[in-house]
Amino acid sequence: MRIHRNVLLFAGMFGLLAIVGFGQSWSVALTIFNLCLISSVMALGVNIQWGYAGLFNVGIMGFAALGGVAAVLVSKPPVTEAWSAGAAGIGLAIISLGVTIAATIYARRKLTGRRRSLVSFAIIVAGFFITRGIFDPSVSAIEAIEPAKTGYLGGLGLPVIVSWAVGGLFAAGAAWLVGKIALGLRSDYLAIATLGISEIIIAVLKNEDWLTRGVKNVAGLDRPVPREIELQNTDWFISLADTLGTNVISFSSIFVKLSYSVLFAVVLLAIMWLSEKALKSPWGRMMRAIRDNRDAAEAMGKDVTRRHLQVFILGSAVVGIAGAMLTTLDGQFTPGTYNPLRYTFLIWVMVIVGGSGNNWGSVLGGFLIWFVWIEAEPVGAWLMDVVTSGMSEGNGLRDHLLKSAPHMRLMVMGMILLLVLRFSPRGLIPEKGGR
Amino acid sequence: MTDILNALILFANFVLVPATAYGAQLALGALGVTLVFGILRFSNFAHGDTMAFGTMVTILVTWWFQSMGVSIHPLPTALLALPFGILATVGMLLATDRLVYRFYRKVKAAPIVFVMSSVGVMFVMNGIVRFIIGPDDQRFADGERFIIKARDFKAATGMAEGLTIKVSQALTLGIAVIVVIALFWFLQRTRTGKSMRAFSDNEDLALLSGISPERVVMITWIIAAALATIAGTLYGLDKSFKPFTYFQLLLPIFAAAIVGGIGNPLGAIAGGFVVAFSEVTITYAYKKFLRYLLPENLEPDSLVQLLSTDYKFAVSFVILVMVLLIRPTGIFKGKVL
Repeated sequence: MRIHRNVLLFAGMFGLLAIVGFGQSWSVALTIFNLCLISSVMALGVNIQWGYAGLFNVGIMGFAALGGVAAVLVSKPPVTEAWSAGAAGIGLAIISLGVTIAATIYARRKLTGRRRSLVSFAIIVAGFFITRGIFDPSVSAIEAIEPAKTGYLGGLGLPVIVSWAVGGLFAAGAAWLVGKIALGLRSDYLAIATLGISEIIIAVLKNEDWLTRGVKNVAGLDRPVPREIELQNTDWFISLADTLGTNVISFSSIFVKLSYSVLFAVVLLAIMWLSEKALKSPWGRMMRAIRDNRDAAEAMGKDVTRRHLQVFILGSAVVGIAGAMLTTLDGQFTPGTYNPLRYTFLIWVMVIVGGSGNNWGSVLGGFLIWFVWIEAEPVGAWLMDVVTSGMSEGNGLRDHLLKSAPHMRLMVMGMILLLVLRFSPRGLIPEKGGR
Repeated sequence: MTDILNALILFANFVLVPATAYGAQLALGALGVTLVFGILRFSNFAHGDTMAFGTMVTILVTWWFQSMGVSIHPLPTALLALPFGILATVGMLLATDRLVYRFYRKVKAAPIVFVMSSVGVMFVMNGIVRFIIGPDDQRFADGERFIIKARDFKAATGMAEGLTIKVSQALTLGIAVIVVIALFWFLQRTRTGKSMRAFSDNEDLALLSGISPERVVMITWIIAAALATIAGTLYGLDKSFKPFTYFQLLLPIFAAAIVGGIGNPLGAIAGGFVVAFSEVTITYAYKKFLRYLLPENLEPDSLVQLLSTDYKFAVSFVILVMVLLIRPTGIFKGKVL
C-alpha cells in the first residue's frame, strides 16, 4: 500500500513536469528537470547527515561552492605564464602554512602550562608572517598576468566530469576539518561551525582572485556534452531531426539538455543505490541506533563521535558532487551568486518535506521543492498582479507590493519548513520501520 | 614624543573607538543569544533577523516621526522610536514562541529540532523584513553626527592626527552600559530574575519550587526582544541598516556568546568585546601607525594589514574554533545564568 502511494507521488511529480512541458515548453521543463536532479543529489547528501545521523549542517552552501571550485580547477586549461610566475610561491606558502600548523600541534603536545601558550603563540605569529611574506608577492605576480582574461592559475585542463569526483573530495576535506572541531561537543556547535565555514568559503572564493578569479567569475567551462552549434552542423544529427520531423535548432537545445539529464540521472541513481545499500547494511542500522539512542549505542561500544565524523564527511562529499554538477550545468563559476537561502535553506526544506531518513523522500523533496521554487515566481507575480489590480497606476503600495513579490518566496519556504516540521515531521515519504 | 602621541591618537581613532562601539553592539546581541540559550537551551539562529526586524520597525517609526517633524535634536530620532520597535519585536517573539517553540517544549523535542525551527523562523522573519522595507541599505540616522570632529580635535590640540567620536558611538556605549546594569540588577535582585537563574541552573528543581516555566520563558523572550532591538538599532545608527548584514552578524554574535561561555551573561559581554577587538585589530592597516613609531629607514611599504576586511568573519570563526578546541566551555564557565 505504501509503495503504491510512493509511486503515485513520483508519478504526480512527473505529471507536473509534463504539464510544464506541454503548457510552457519542453525546454523549460527539461531545465527544471535537470536542476531537480541536482537538487535531489544535494538533498540525498543532507539526508545522509540528518536522516541517518541527526547532524544539522547549516553550511550546505559552502560545500556546494567547493564543488564549483573543483569544476574550475579541473576543467580550465592551466595558465602557463601564471604558473611560472607564482605557482612555486603559492606551493611554498602552503607548505609553510602546513609546517606552522604541524609545529603548533607539536608544541601543544610536548609542552605544558604557560610555556605551551607562549610557544604556540610565537609559532603562529612567526608562521603567519612567513607565510604571508611568501604568499603575497606570488599572488600579485599571478594576478598581474592578463587580469581581464585570466589572472589566475587556471586548472588542470581535464574533462569537467572528473571534477564531480574532485568536488566530492574537496567538500569531504572541509567536512573533515569542521567535523573534527565541532563534533563531539554540543549538537548546536556543529550548526554554528558549519554556518561559519560556509560564509568563509564564500568570502575566500570572492576575494582570492589567483584561485578562481574571485568576483570576476570564470566563464566558458568545458562541457561534458556537445555544444548546440556543433550538433547543428553534424550530419547524423540533422538527419535525426529530419526523421523526427522537428526543427534542428530547437531540437539541438533539447538534445543537449537531455544529455545532461542522462548524466545527472546516472549520478543520482548511483548515489541513491549506494545510499540505500548503506542504509540497509549493518552500518546503516548502527547509524540509526546512534541517532535514536546515543547513550545506548555508546554503551554497546560504538565510537559515536567517529561515526558522526564519518557520516558527516560522506554527506558533505555528496553535496560537493552536486555542487560540481551544478557549476558544470551553468557553464560558469560565479561566487557572487551563492547565497544561503538558495543553497542551504532550500535543500533543508527539500529534505524535511520529502521525509527525513528516507532516501526516496529526499529525492521526491528535491524534485517537488525545486519545482515549487521555480514556478512560485510566475505564480507569485501573477498573484500580486491580481491583488494589486484594484489599485490605481502609480499607487505607492501597489509599486511596493509588485517590487517585493520575489521576497514572498522566502516567507513561503520558511512557512513550509515550519509547518511540515510541526505537523508532519516524517514528511511525504516517511522513514520505514523504526520510530 | 609627538610621534608616539600621534600614533596613539591614530590607533584610538581607527581601532579603539570603533571597536568599543562594535563590541558593545555585539555584547548586546550575544546577551540575547545567551539568555535564550540559558532558559530555552538552544542556539537561536533567528536572533540576527530578530535584530533586523526590531530595527526595521524602529526605522519605520523614525521616518514617521521625521515626517511629522518630531525630533529630539541633537540626539537621533530613532531613540524616540526605539520603544515602539521593542514593543513590536516583543509581540513578534511571543507570537513565534506561541506558534513554533511552545509545541516542541511540550513534546520535549531534541535541542536540534529547536535549532532547526529557529532557522525556519529566521527565514520567515528575513522574508518579512525584506518584504516590508526591501533588501537595500537604509539610512535613518539624524541629529548631530559628531561629538568630536577630527578637524576640531586637530585645531584644539595641534596634533597632526585627528580623533573622531561619533554620537552613535557614544550613545552605543552609554546605552549598553545602562542596559547591562539594568539586566544584571534584574537577574540578581528581583524575584523574577532569580527565578530565571534558578530555572537556567536546574530546571527540575526550579519546577519543584513552584516556578512557572511558561512565565520564565515569556520574560526571556521579552528581554531578548528588547536586547535585539536595541543592539540592532545601535548598529544601524552606527553603520547602516541592511537585512543581509544583520543575518551575517549572527556569526560574530555566536562567537561572542561561545567565547564568553554560552549561557553566561557576563561572558557574553566579555565575548562581544573580545570578538570586536580581534576583528578590528586584525583587519586594520598599520602602515601609518608604524610610520610614526619606526625610524625612517624601517618604514613599511605594504599596508601592514594582517587580514583584508573581507575576511572579518573569518576572525570570528577562528576565535570560535580556538575556543571549541581549547576550552569549549568558554572563558567564564558557560551554562550558568
